[in-house]
Amino acid sequence: MFFDVALYISLVIFAFGLSYKISTWFRHKIGILAREIPTSKRVSAAFKGILLTLFSAKILTLVRVFVLDVVLQIRVLREDFLRWLMHMCIWGGFMLLLLMHALESLITSRLFPDYYSTVNPFMFLRDLFGAIVILGILIAVYRRFILKVPRLITNAMDHYAIVIVAVIMISGVILEGAKIVSYSIYQQMVEEYSGLEDKQELRSLEAYWVEEFGVVSPAVRGPFDADTLEQGKELHEMSCVECHSRPQWAFTGYGVAKIVGPAALWLDRVTMPTILWYIHILACFIGLAYLPFSKMFHIFASPLSLLANAVMDGEKSAPANTATRQAMELDACTHCGTCTVRCSVGVAFEEIPNANILPSEKIASIKALASGKELSEEDLRIIQEGVYLCTNCYRCTVVCPVGINLQDLWFNVREALLQKGYPEFLALSPLSFYRGLMKEDLVQRDYGEPLIRAREAIVAECDLMRGRDKVLPLTPANRGFQSGLSLSAQANTFSVCFGCETCTTVCPVVGNYENPKEVLGMLPHQIMHACGLGVRDLAFGSNMLWDCITCYQCQEQCPQGVSVTDVLYELKNLAVKNVKEKMSQ
Amino acid sequence: MEFALFLGCTIPARLNQYESSSRAVLGKLGVGIVDIREFNCCGYPLRNISFKTFVLSSARNLALAAKKNLNVMTPCKCCYGSLKKVDHLMKENGSLRKEINTTLEREGLKYEGGIEVKHLLSVLYHEVGIESIREKMGKNYEGLKIATHYGCHVLRPSKVVEFDDPVAPTIFDQLVEVTGAESVDWATKLDCCGAPVWGINDELSMDLTERKLRDGSKSGAHYLCSACPYCHVQFDTVQKSFLSQRGTETRLPPILYPQLLGLTMGIDGETLGLEMNQVSIDGIEGFLSDKRLAVSDEPSAESGETTAD
Repeated sequence: MFFDVALYISLVIFAFGLSYKISTWFRHKIGILAREIPTSKRVSAAFKGILLTLFSAKILTLVRVFVLDVVLQIRVLREDFLRWLMHMCIWGGFMLLLLMHALESLITSRLFPDYYSTVNPFMFLRDLFGAIVILGILIAVYRRFILKVPRLITNAMDHYAIVIVAVIMISGVILEGAKIVSYSIYQQMVEEYSGLEDKQELRSLEAYWVEEFGVVSPAVRGPFDADTLEQGKELHEMSCVECHSRPQWAFTGYGVAKIVGPAALWLDRVTMPTILWYIHILACFIGLAYLPFSKMFHIFASPLSLLANAVMDGEKSAPANTATRQAMELDACTHCGTCTVRCSVGVAFEEIPNANILPSEKIASIKALASGKELSEEDLRIIQEGVYLCTNCYRCTVVCPVGINLQDLWFNVREALLQKGYPEFLALSPLSFYRGLMKEDLVQRDYGEPLIRAREAIVAECDLMRGRDKVLPLTPANRGFQSGLSLSAQANTFSVCFGCETCTTVCPVVGNYENPKEVLGMLPHQIMHACGLGVRDLAFGSNMLWDCITCYQCQEQCPQGVSVTDVLYELKNLAVKNVKEKMSQ
Repeated sequence: MEFALFLGCTIPARLNQYESSSRAVLGKLGVGIVDIREFNCCGYPLRNISFKTFVLSSARNLALAAKKNLNVMTPCKCCYGSLKKVDHLMKENGSLRKEINTTLEREGLKYEGGIEVKHLLSVLYHEVGIESIREKMGKNYEGLKIATHYGCHVLRPSKVVEFDDPVAPTIFDQLVEVTGAESVDWATKLDCCGAPVWGINDELSMDLTERKLRDGSKSGAHYLCSACPYCHVQFDTVQKSFLSQRGTETRLPPILYPQLLGLTMGIDGETLGLEMNQVSIDGIEGFLSDKRLAVSDEPSAESGETTAD
């Protein structure tokens, strides 16, 4: 009764969760790509796409990817043998247990008419599969908590996943052990199956089971004489042997039985086998009901992501299907951290404490964005910075074990975030190189605006850039600003500038314009002079900073040895720091 | 002769032909390559925003190479400039070194100097040598004129990067001339390609690129040769996009140095990725001749080259 009710409740929740999650694949809008595409169009495009794929030569690709990447998980193996072993143990062992043990009435007993869970090979196999899963869990714990992989972050969902599988497996093993030693279960079995009345016979059988099958009896205790055991063995062979292999074959449960042996009678008195059964069954049903909402949902989404990415093509696939695929990919992510470990700029996280720099953590933020959750301006800025701090090197996409096209996801989300109107100062760095190459994919206005906005936000903090006619007091100079120019221990060379203008003369950017002051604001020698005077606004506010191509002509040719380019680099750092501090106030 | 190959971010993502052609050429010349998977971005794109992040990024790479006791070779000039700069800073600036190493030690790394950073071209010139390259060539070019593009970040700041004479460099020209091609003299040879501001100020970037292509073309060059992914993508992909956008007539196809050299060594076009260039370089094979050049007695370096302006 309890079992059936619990099973059906969890099945209903599971089915509801599954349909809800799948519906989000078609409803959630990620980035600029999905903006204009309604759900109905995404559903019909998906059906069409799937049908066209199944009835084309691409079916062969799907079969290959299914075998290699889904079943054998070659992509994980290529990355890391230990992780592959871990995942194969948990996944393989759990699947086998599910099919043979959990679904015994539906599958195993139909395939094998003489199936009994307590008869070999089934009894041994169940323990073997269980032990395999436990080995996998131990490797997972070792990887997450003992082996310190730099920048691999473990979150609550990772803990849950390990805990739920561990509870199911460990409760199962202990349950088996508790049943082996349980006297009341033994008695129940004797009453049901032996048909024995004779006291001497009952005692002999019990003696045999205590001796050979690990039962702990309150009345009968060894050592036994050979005759009793001989009689017990005969009775055992008459009534029990058909359904019971020797318990040593259930090596994990038998091990537990040996350990708990001294406390066996107490365990039996407090009905421990029943309690453990409830724990085991409840853990299974909770795992099942919560599956669509947990990272375990990846068992559905990840194979789909691998298959979809194998047959989809960035340029040829319908945008509606790409939008759907990207929503699905968020569920396919297992938070394994491979992308983060391999990320080209992951190391930046050590200096810039924004977890969104790390690809595996960006996914969580993008999930929040996609679900339409209201995020604060601060949150959006942080996500935007994390998504922009990326060299677009494709490494994350190449290594993702579930084949998520992370690079496309970042690009798509980045552009949508930029349109929310918060200035992104990283846009004024060579990280924008890739964005420039991709500009044909963007609306002209969408492309240029973030660049203007970031410059304007910086100038807005520089009062002097707006009132050019203002008379400046020459003293006191901003000494704090001057002494702050020492990050690279070269920038303080501005003080020996004698204003010969060589830097400005050789600058190819200055040379590019008819009227450079109008376009660039301050010219290089003027910026050096502004530093010398300690006039921060004039040093920070000119376009020259961001239009500097860092070709080092100025620095190379300066007769005074001023590190002009390094000073400009440093001013850029300080200008951004300054405006960010002002904005967060 | 063995180096840790530092590819950076752009080559694996956007310029596979540079990697494959470099590996093929280095293989022919017997230069050993070790790939270190843990290498990260050199930090160049982050220098505008965060100096510390820039230093940490390059220092981590240097530390990884130091752990394997390997010198670093990079085919990217911006990576080269960054790695050299940080190598310099880590040697010169004790407090910065200490600070960066404290962060690196969290993953069991540290960098105290002792690693040499070399660009692909410096390895070819100094380690392999012009004569050894000549020995491996089966063919050479005839009548081919090449405009060499040095790239800013290998030349300057010269005290830090130590690649060649910053005012009159010759290494690249000699490497081009060993193939039988003529390295033409041109006005903006040592100037910027425009890539550092591509994506930040595209008009300025295109102005600089266009000027270089025009100058190169005017000097009679058939191709512009570079040895840096940023420069090449700028001359290739960006040139292609602004040819139509700006209605520019001048067209100067860029070729990567290992592609140019590889053809003379008989490496096939597919390995060299000739088809992967956006602006077609199809005609290049027409300049190849089976006749071996006699080793000339004249020094192949050209003198009197100064920067434009």
